[in-house]
Amino acid sequence: MQKALVLDAGKCTGCKQCELACSFEHEGIFNVSRSRIRVFIFEHEARFVPYTCTQCDQAWCMQVCPVGAITSDAATGVKSVNAATCVGCKVCTIACPFGTINYNAITGKVEKCDLCGGDPACARECPTGAITFIDSNLAGYEKMQDWAHKTDTAPQAAS
Amino acid sequence: MSWTKKILRVNLTTGSCTPEALNMDWARQYIGQRGLATKYLTEEIDPKVDPLSPDNKMIFATGPLTGTGASTSARYSVITKGALTGAISCSNSGGYFGNELKNAGWDMVIVEGKSPKPVYLYICNDVAELRDAAEIWGTSTWNTEEWIKKTHQDPVMRVASVGIAAENGVLYSAIVNDLHRAAGRSGVGTVMASKNLKAIGVRGTLGVGVNDPEAFMKAASAAKKVLADNAVTGVGLPTHGTQILMNVINEIGALPTRNAEDVQFENAGDISAEAMRETRRDGTTNLVANQACFGCTIACGRVSRIDQTHYTVVNRPEYWGASGGLEYEAAWALGAATGIKDLEALTYANFICNEQAIDPITFGATLGAAMELYDQGVITDEDTGGVALNMGSAEALTTMVELTGKGEGFGAVLGLGSKRLCEKYGHPELSMSVKGLEFPAYDPRGIQGIGLNYATSNRGACHVRGYTVASEVLGIPEKTDPLVTEGKAGLVKAFQDATAAVDSAGICLFTTFAWSLEDIAPQVDAACEGEWTVDSMLEAGERIWNMERKFNLAAGFTGKDDTLPRRILKDAAKTGPAKGLVSSLDKMLPEYYELRGWSADGVPSGETLSRLGL
Repeated sequence: MQKALVLDAGKCTGCKQCELACSFEHEGIFNVSRSRIRVFIFEHEARFVPYTCTQCDQAWCMQVCPVGAITSDAATGVKSVNAATCVGCKVCTIACPFGTINYNAITGKVEKCDLCGGDPACARECPTGAITFIDSNLAGYEKMQDWAHKTDTAPQAAS
Repeated sequence: MSWTKKILRVNLTTGSCTPEALNMDWARQYIGQRGLATKYLTEEIDPKVDPLSPDNKMIFATGPLTGTGASTSARYSVITKGALTGAISCSNSGGYFGNELKNAGWDMVIVEGKSPKPVYLYICNDVAELRDAAEIWGTSTWNTEEWIKKTHQDPVMRVASVGIAAENGVLYSAIVNDLHRAAGRSGVGTVMASKNLKAIGVRGTLGVGVNDPEAFMKAASAAKKVLADNAVTGVGLPTHGTQILMNVINEIGALPTRNAEDVQFENAGDISAEAMRETRRDGTTNLVANQACFGCTIACGRVSRIDQTHYTVVNRPEYWGASGGLEYEAAWALGAATGIKDLEALTYANFICNEQAIDPITFGATLGAAMELYDQGVITDEDTGGVALNMGSAEALTTMVELTGKGEGFGAVLGLGSKRLCEKYGHPELSMSVKGLEFPAYDPRGIQGIGLNYATSNRGACHVRGYTVASEVLGIPEKTDPLVTEGKAGLVKAFQDATAAVDSAGICLFTTFAWSLEDIAPQVDAACEGEWTVDSMLEAGERIWNMERKFNLAAGFTGKDDTLPRRILKDAAKTGPAKGLVSSLDKMLPEYYELRGWSADGVPSGETLSRLGL
């Protein structure tokens, strides 16, 4: 079963526990500037929006990499960067339509979300359920359920 | 770890920015943030210094847990000699600024001297420079933050700044970071502006390490679960914010109303958390969302929108966006203390307080005192420039908050704070303040312990120095009767000492609705080198309290200043459960001094000082 991160901005409070957890998992220290997931805060709308790589099936980053440093795990669907192979050319950062693979000037390599090997720290530490890690086939299930409820007009008609 | 062990010393007179090693002996005794910075300040300044002279210093300080994965790891404090009070001042703020400063590699920034011209401090990791602030001097905190981010082409920089209020000499100016989080009380912003320092813009990418990562994550995760499972921190605060208290405190008869003439406000419901969620005439609600500070799993912050049809913002789209909404203390000060029930007017006044960096508690309380004097005929239309300052007037509030920021007309008088204003008009007894600082939203007639805390708080009357309301009203950690004085001396001391430790650790006091030091000490212990236990943190808390006391005594305060306004001591509550009661401070204070190991006139004994290593 492939699992996916499901991001629900409606539940996000902008606390950045996900960014803290991501950086700690990958770097061993707390450093949100190194996080692979980002929460964007749109102050004047009071919206807080978490955002990261969705592990595209036909990943642009993977297809464009000239040295084959980005590989796909057939079982989990994760696209990982092999740091030993990456030459830091940044072409993947141009190819990615979503901006979720980024160059790290300290290491000279690119970095992206790797789902922490199957137990994403961001989802684990999110206090509000804005980030969950579930069966990728069911990523839209809750949203569908909410809308289905709205389309069910029978109760209003009866009242 | 988890100190960066580096201090940035900024001399504004000479324009130098110099790194220094952190004094680790002091860190082990004073933890960080409030305690450690107060140690530095009290070692470096003359307690008798004029707060607005170049010889006063100010310290922006993080704590050991700031920037870590601990819940509420956002906090930083500004420590100085307060402009409003002349007492030791420590104002604490959340948002995102504190984490950024720590990530830039600095435990604290010590600011000294006075710049010959307006400047701002730019910090990017090891780089620290003073830059010309001519273009932002005279503008708001909102403009300053935007301008600095644009100038440095860095949208994720964090900025703490003063608005025009501080530049215009308002004695209770705040320092605002991230648009609507503030180091709010006792005039820390006024000190900053007196040094010609407009702002600090910081970007940090170095990260924050902890001593024992595995133990730390275990302790932090367990503590986060405690917050999530607690009714106050898990449900009450995220849903209603601190405003959940408005109806609660009103019902127990401890909501100081109309400059504390009353202890209950008949319109409390109109300015409560519940009112912020009601549908308005424009079809929306005042409350838009709750927002967390950095790292906070509680998320009590309010974000509001003003009704676009409200008179304050008609044709003023710059105030139509979402911004920092009413917290309990602000709603009380701008509303109950002035008898004003117009929620949108309060929200507008709160926006202006954020935009121009004004402490809404002192502003509202000062306006309430001025309104009482106006209704008595002591302050006249001639004084107010023709503005009718009647108690309960929303128009007076929204006009005066603007004038106060600008330092114009009667706003310049309001900018003095209630103590100086009431003295100016010959009625010092009408200032609801202790040591020059206005007390907040809990009336000591209805909550006896908080009165003792106000009287003895080192920064002047303040709830967050020893929040006995937790015990006396909410039953945390155990319920005590708010109307009695027995046992309150010990309760106040315990809250004050524990709070000093929490404030020095880099986390938010609000965690203590759910956490005790039993939850906090293991996080500090895993994050930091050395051994940190409940006992060692409590001892540090008591040490910090006595250090602050020593400074105030040297600054000229005495035991006589450990008192409350005459109204609170003499005029009984007229309604509610506390009807007929005054504050019985005299029954608690001697026992408090004794428990503290202080003399009958409030001076720490030599034995106490040596026991605490002072």
